[in-house]
Amino acid sequence: MLSRRTFIKTVGASGALALAKAGVSEDRGPSGDMRTWDQHAHLGQVPGDTPEERMEFLAKCMDRVGVERLILSQGYSDDRHPNPPEQFRLENDRVMRAVKAFPDRAYGSVYISPALPEFSIQELNRCVRDGPMVMIGEIEADARCNVPGMDPIAEWAIANDMIILQHEWLNALGNQPTESTPFDVVELARRHPKLQIVCAHTGGNWELGIRAIRSTNNVYAGLAGSDPTNGYVEMAVRELGAERVIFGSDVGGRSFASQLAKVEGATISDSDKELILGGNLRRLLAPVLRKKGYKI
Amino acid sequence: MIIDTNLYLSRWPFRRLEGDEPVPLVAKLRERKVEQGWAGNFEGILERDIAGVNNRLAETCRRFGDGMLIPFGTVNPKLPDWREDVRRCHEELKMPGIRLHPNYHGYRLDDPVFAELLKLAAERRLIVQLALAVEDPRTQSPLLRVPAVELAPLAAAVKATPGLRLELLNCTSQIGREEYAVALASGDVSMDISMVEGVAGLARLVRQVPISRVLFGSYYPFFYFESAVLKVQESGLDEASQKAICMENARRLTASV
Repeated sequence: MLSRRTFIKTVGASGALALAKAGVSEDRGPSGDMRTWDQHAHLGQVPGDTPEERMEFLAKCMDRVGVERLILSQGYSDDRHPNPPEQFRLENDRVMRAVKAFPDRAYGSVYISPALPEFSIQELNRCVRDGPMVMIGEIEADARCNVPGMDPIAEWAIANDMIILQHEWLNALGNQPTESTPFDVVELARRHPKLQIVCAHTGGNWELGIRAIRSTNNVYAGLAGSDPTNGYVEMAVRELGAERVIFGSDVGGRSFASQLAKVEGATISDSDKELILGGNLRRLLAPVLRKKGYKI
Repeated sequence: MIIDTNLYLSRWPFRRLEGDEPVPLVAKLRERKVEQGWAGNFEGILERDIAGVNNRLAETCRRFGDGMLIPFGTVNPKLPDWREDVRRCHEELKMPGIRLHPNYHGYRLDDPVFAELLKLAAERRLIVQLALAVEDPRTQSPLLRVPAVELAPLAAAVKATPGLRLELLNCTSQIGREEYAVALASGDVSMDISMVEGVAGLARLVRQVPISRVLFGSYYPFFYFESAVLKVQESGLDEASQKAICMENARRLTASV
């Protein structure tokens, strides 16, 4: 199979070029592609009847476009606002099943809600402290992330060297009443300066989202889940520095392709691309991965 | 090689884009092995001197790219004397097709003027490109909020226009796959892949619509060009299918122009 970069250069040319072998740094894989970790993936809208089947489908697609590993969250319920809490457990169990079946391709991230702080701490203990998960989020349910119910979750994350992936948008048509904005993320991050938190969509309206988080250094720009509009990553790198920009796809609702293109098509240095496609995420996850004895 | 059926020249009013000048645009297309690019003009979306827009489009395509860029002129059937724009695109500027933006130009697909425009284009053997969206409504400027085109009336208009060849551009996921299937079944209607989404979305699309009706379109420079290329890679389709999407289907569409 052609590497991602070779395919981009040769599509339609009958696969005439051989596989590139350019791997030199720790952020390069054996094919020469940059080692790509996807921070933002779901099992929803992926074909398959079970978590294992859905993850198998994702793994095939990952192989095609050179994604080494993804961080799965939220399971696959159509209901993004699970209630009662048992639904959260079911979705987290689905993620853990998929990760267990593909331990070299996925890590799990725990789905909780600031509307249920006590339950959320129990679920953090179950899935992270006593379980295999390595990240928190994508938090998307029932309350904006600046509510007091988010404080114990943030404190738990700091105490356990965990990062949070927080859903947010700046929807020109109007956010849902309980949907966070990048400003809410900034408010939370300023209350907890040691917290490392990723805006899942950087507002969607990225020209606004990047500006909203610019002066708050413990907030990161996630690239996932918006159209691959030209200029997104260039502005993020210019205003935040490549160290604060993190690749994610938001599959299955999005393709890996459209989201990878934001980085592959950007006019930035290869070293910046390496950071965005995986270097930053591995750096942020390193403490918890080391604690658990997982691969980095 | 690739025939990219969805390019735009000139500037998008809300953002400078790498590739909104012809030299870097052509350089990018060459770098990505594009043999031919069908180009519209962002200026045609908002400007009302459409004849001037089309003259500039034709001139830019003539001056840059050594024949790589094929101009598709804008027609706005809500402007006075729009039929003359169709005539000029065909007879004077020698364009193989035209590009329409019904949502920005203020008409629905069941408007009688749309039916008349399709008929005129079919009589002249012009390919009609119909842009269903330009930008995700969730990210539009508050000064320019434009919902996607309502697709449902298209099938009847196509059925009433023998000989029409039509390509849907920017096939947003705001419109369901079933609606696309109905539109494609109504006549010689194709769709581009620029806004096809979901994991392995292209492979799943060609299980729902005939692959011969699926055309490569990048929507560059509004989108990163690489998005469409990587969709082909992610699809896992065999080489013959990839070749059909990237080139042969577009060739078939232009064969009888």
